[in-house]
Amino acid sequence: MAVPSDTAKGWIWLSLVVLLLFLGVWALFALTSKTFPSPAAVARESWFFLSRPFYDGGPNDKGIAILTAYSLARLCTGFLAGSVVAILLGVILGLNQTLFKALNPYIQMLKAISPIAWMPLLLYSVKDSGWAALLVVFMASLWPTLANTAFGVSNIKADYLNIANILQMKPLTKVCKVILPAAGPTIVAGLKISMGSAWVAIVPAEALLGSLGLGYFVWNEWNNLSLASVIFAILIIGVVGVLIDNLFSRLAGGLAYVD
Amino acid sequence: MTDKTKNSDRPAAGGTADSAATGEERVLAGTQDRETIIGRAVEEAVLHGIFRGRTVTRRGFIRQLGLAGAMAVIADIFPINAAKALANDPPKDLEKTALKIGFIPINCATPIIMAHPMGFYEKHGLKGTEVVKGAGWAMIRDWAVSKQIDCAHMLAPMPLALTTGVGSSTTPFVIPALENLNGQAIVLHKKHKDLTEASQLKGMTLCIPFEFSIHNLLLRYYLAEGGVDPDKDVKLRVVNPAEMVANLKAENVDGFIGPEPFNQRAVFEDAGFIFKLTHDIWPDHPCCAFACSREFVTQMPNTFQAAFQAIVDATVFATDHKNRKDIAKAIAPRNYLNQPVEVIEQVLTGDFPDGLGNMRHIPDRISFHPFPWNSMAVWILTQMKRWGYLQGDVDYRKIADEVFLSAECKNIMEQEGYPAPTGSPYARHVIMGKEFDPANPQQYLDSFPIRRG
Repeated sequence: MAVPSDTAKGWIWLSLVVLLLFLGVWALFALTSKTFPSPAAVARESWFFLSRPFYDGGPNDKGIAILTAYSLARLCTGFLAGSVVAILLGVILGLNQTLFKALNPYIQMLKAISPIAWMPLLLYSVKDSGWAALLVVFMASLWPTLANTAFGVSNIKADYLNIANILQMKPLTKVCKVILPAAGPTIVAGLKISMGSAWVAIVPAEALLGSLGLGYFVWNEWNNLSLASVIFAILIIGVVGVLIDNLFSRLAGGLAYVD
Repeated sequence: MTDKTKNSDRPAAGGTADSAATGEERVLAGTQDRETIIGRAVEEAVLHGIFRGRTVTRRGFIRQLGLAGAMAVIADIFPINAAKALANDPPKDLEKTALKIGFIPINCATPIIMAHPMGFYEKHGLKGTEVVKGAGWAMIRDWAVSKQIDCAHMLAPMPLALTTGVGSSTTPFVIPALENLNGQAIVLHKKHKDLTEASQLKGMTLCIPFEFSIHNLLLRYYLAEGGVDPDKDVKLRVVNPAEMVANLKAENVDGFIGPEPFNQRAVFEDAGFIFKLTHDIWPDHPCCAFACSREFVTQMPNTFQAAFQAIVDATVFATDHKNRKDIAKAIAPRNYLNQPVEVIEQVLTGDFPDGLGNMRHIPDRISFHPFPWNSMAVWILTQMKRWGYLQGDVDYRKIADEVFLSAECKNIMEQEGYPAPTGSPYARHVIMGKEFDPANPQQYLDSFPIRRG
């Protein structure tokens, strides 16, 4: 990076100061409240779980790595299915302005609904909590990608499409060689938002449905009123969320193109 | 879970272990030697049989000879080893052995839960059976209706509600065996520690675990007897037990009627006190049950029989106070209740602090008994009608006979050598001094001044 080294250092220092300040306030609060766990207590609890990540104590008690894997598997499956459907629909809508305009109000409305709100309906229709949790992730990842894809495709420079027509490309070739690459960055931006909202939705979905995963862990520890474990789970959820987001930023960087 | 050694390998919970169930104590006294337990149970049953429940004589006999000596004497006249072998013989031709049995992490489910670590399912041929934890009653109901689980721990009113189609789609369910009697309590915030009467609860916000729960029905009954209309004079909120304690701590609510160990947990957390044990409202009232769909019973009769036997066996085992500490250790870990062993012991032994500075000794605070009295079903139905959950004409006896399988339970209890109630499964019960006659449910209903239906 071209940033001067002292500025870079300053940035890190500031970040550390914020962290220390936060821990200090937290520790003070824990001291005064007596029942709220201190940072040290959370650290001890975290170590307990982190030191046995693949522990298996039965169907209701699994190590944190196994639970994270459950959540990630659910996330990936629901997200992949949601994304494929969203991109397909998005391309169709993006290429057909009338259809896009007609359906856009509905898409905007559906986008605004929390995926968790669908849960009772989904559970009632599919009658299986595993599938319901998967469908919540599916719903969460659908709308942002759909909206972005349609927007990206409808804003592709007319020149590109004209050239494709002149070259007499078949429709499928046109989609693969021109449309998707041209709308790529917008689509990836949509995917990133989708992934974020899917990750946000998965925790309450698992907690409400009792499906194994990080959400289940939060609920199981809350049932024991163990706040230290709940805080540990919150940290894990945050860290995994940041890692996923980073992965997508890298992907987006790889897909950027110059006119 | 299939590998028990893995389970006991787990080290103690670190960190804030003071408020979390520790893993170290999960070394299961009962699991280590299942046959000893069964053997002991058979011996007990034989002793029972010989002395026909004359406890004094039996105890005197054992005291003089010691248990081993007594058994040696009896073995001469009774083929005790044959009886042990018979009880150890698992049922045959099971349609399915690896069942999924849903439970809510509360003490009511003690027999259903402990049957797993203590080997009762395996003993009755149900190898690979797992107990799956649910987060709430609605979840357990949905799992059971959609067949994600084969059998379930339910509140006794739930199968009645499911069978009559109240609050959900109509799905016929049965209760082969009850789990616990008593074991619930009304808990109030510490600031109300001077209150003693139902009438003083007017204007409060109180939590109940589920609408179709014995908790809701007993609280409503208790309030109404004190002249408090539960629909008009108090606010009742459906809340998960863990949230009850948290809400009580935060003073969002004045109290709750909850299952154990959450009542004791409220005392442990120094948030509330035990205002009234449900044991003092209706001594030996029914609470939770082992339930499954009628479809399961007809499609897998042998498996049903095996599960039925395992549950009766485990429930009777839990009845004995001398087993209670072992049970507390077996069910406290994260895989099951996920609660401090100390709290569970206070519940199961009946030696507990009440939050007002007193240590109390009430051995029947929670009891376990499998026999599902049909009259209890009728009582539950009268109260569901009383508060408007059930509308129109109710054929109390028909529904009770359909759902509460008392005759079948009696058979299994006798088969396993346990004393079963003789005579009619319709008994009279006394609730807060008022007698309930199951033969006249309508007359009983009409006698209440506060009612909706």
